[in-house]
Amino acid sequence: MKFSEEKLNKAKEIMARYPDGKQKSALIPLLHLAQEEFGGWLDVSAMDYVAELLNILPIEVYEVATFYSMFNLKPVGKYIFEVCRTGPCMLNGSDDIIEYIKEKLNIREGETTTDGLFTLKPAECLGACGYAPMMQLGKHFREHLTKEKVDAIIDECRRNAAVNN
Amino acid sequence: MKLLLEHAHVEGIRYYDAYRKNGGYRAVEKAFKMTPDEIVEEVKKSGLRGRGGAGFPTGMKWSFLAKPEGIPRHLVCNADESEPGTFKDRYLMEFIPHLLIEGLIVSSFALGSNATYIYIRGEYAWIVDILEQAITEAKNNGWLGKNILNSGFDCEIYVQRGAGAYICGEETALIESLEGKRGNPRIKPPFPAIQGLWMRPTVVNNVETLAAVVPILNMGGEAYSKIGVGRSTGTKLLSVCGNVKKPGIYEIDMTQSVEEFIFSDEYCGGIANGKKLKACIPGGSSVPILPANLLLKTAKGETRYMNYESLSDGGFATGSMMGSGGFIVFDEDQCVVRHTMTLARFYNHESCGQCSPCREGTGWMYKILKNIEYGKGKMSDIDLLWDIQRKIEGNTICPLGDAAAWPVAAAIRHFRDEFEWHVLNPEESQKRNFGLAHYADPIHVPAVG
Repeated sequence: MKFSEEKLNKAKEIMARYPDGKQKSALIPLLHLAQEEFGGWLDVSAMDYVAELLNILPIEVYEVATFYSMFNLKPVGKYIFEVCRTGPCMLNGSDDIIEYIKEKLNIREGETTTDGLFTLKPAECLGACGYAPMMQLGKHFREHLTKEKVDAIIDECRRNAAVNN
Repeated sequence: MKLLLEHAHVEGIRYYDAYRKNGGYRAVEKAFKMTPDEIVEEVKKSGLRGRGGAGFPTGMKWSFLAKPEGIPRHLVCNADESEPGTFKDRYLMEFIPHLLIEGLIVSSFALGSNATYIYIRGEYAWIVDILEQAITEAKNNGWLGKNILNSGFDCEIYVQRGAGAYICGEETALIESLEGKRGNPRIKPPFPAIQGLWMRPTVVNNVETLAAVVPILNMGGEAYSKIGVGRSTGTKLLSVCGNVKKPGIYEIDMTQSVEEFIFSDEYCGGIANGKKLKACIPGGSSVPILPANLLLKTAKGETRYMNYESLSDGGFATGSMMGSGGFIVFDEDQCVVRHTMTLARFYNHESCGQCSPCREGTGWMYKILKNIEYGKGKMSDIDLLWDIQRKIEGNTICPLGDAAAWPVAAAIRHFRDEFEWHVLNPEESQKRNFGLAHYADPIHVPAVG
């Protein structure tokens, strides 16, 4: 398990942002890179690799990876629907959106569809309260969700997956 | 009056050319003709208060920064905006990134920070690119890097992504996270101003606070202090969500009444779908919820205004707080019990687990609220909830404990009848919401405590 040359250069650039001896500060950014590189989640060998790059103990990586909710510690679908369900989104109908996704994809919260395409991961406040209900999909937010929009997003993901395969 | 959003709608303002053409980087030009102490003095004079939620005077925070010989100092920008209801910093960074970068350059010079870090919440992934683009543009135009404007001052700004943890908005947890650790808040003292990032003197300021340094420098601290009311100086960004006609970001000079802010077309445009106003959390999810009557008027019957002092008039018994400016509005059909339950779940999810009152208490409160919401509550649960929140408040290392306790306390204080209705009518409460309550008795403190 190793970074591509491009990712390795990025990792080195990040590690150079901190004073000498403080490279551990690069841990969270490097875990993001690792998650991108190694299939959307962090297994033990990915975490050990990051520990090796930063010259820290593996346990220092595990304790951080388990603390932050954006790091996935088990396999996930190609597309993760992180639907916000905290107060302000709830006031604008996020409960209905989550129910609709569950029904439509036939999965429960935290589960992945059998084709490996979709994971439903209810999330706490993502900072889009005025544009509720919303979800995070990859790097971007999808806002003002309606059932129709959810349908369109699912179709879009299926099309993209078909093209990429 | 608009200071931060003055040019928000200019085409291309996200990029350097349009920003510069509209007066951008004048504050940097001005700053490098001053001494760092003179800049701190201007910020002190402005009366600017921290825009992250606590409202602590920024100039005073800056003057606490220790300056021991030979030890580098750091400025850290807190862009970990995670308080439910708050999305103002996102707007600034996404649409006017150079305003933050300009504020950071001026502030870094004032504080002597050669390496400044923006710690941004991990979910704002695309905004990292926008900020890095702005930093590159600033650097290419000589505002950042080595020997800025021949001053001999070097400065680099780096963007660091978090990874999903509300607690990292607390400044010592943020510092821990920036050091590559779990976001466990530190015991204070020592304060970051003495021992912060890598045990070096550090100032941590919110995005909006640092952006406000730009107009302060441009117009002078004294002129800035004349905007606003009393100790609420300058302008404040409000992020409005919930059931209003026009949710979004508004910049106000804090002279507006709450009624004008909610109902006038210039701001929120009134309640959506022709419904009535039931309640509001005026400053982010942690501050007390107020029923409509106490929101629009204080307990003394005076008009309530959108500023630090007026929103907190009456203390927690009958008032609330300006907080982070996350303004959450409830219409008549909303269920306060359910909303409080989602907040309890949020704080339970986000508790770092260091202090037992918070770690255990937040989970316990969520469990009880879930029972009440789903028709399995007992009357004694309401008093138990009150008891638990009291035992969390003030008994934890960081303010997350208080932040989890206050929404529960305020919901029970002002909406106890709604909680009781859920307990007494478990079946009906599953089918419909309580609606507008009888808010005749504004100081309805439960028997326990």
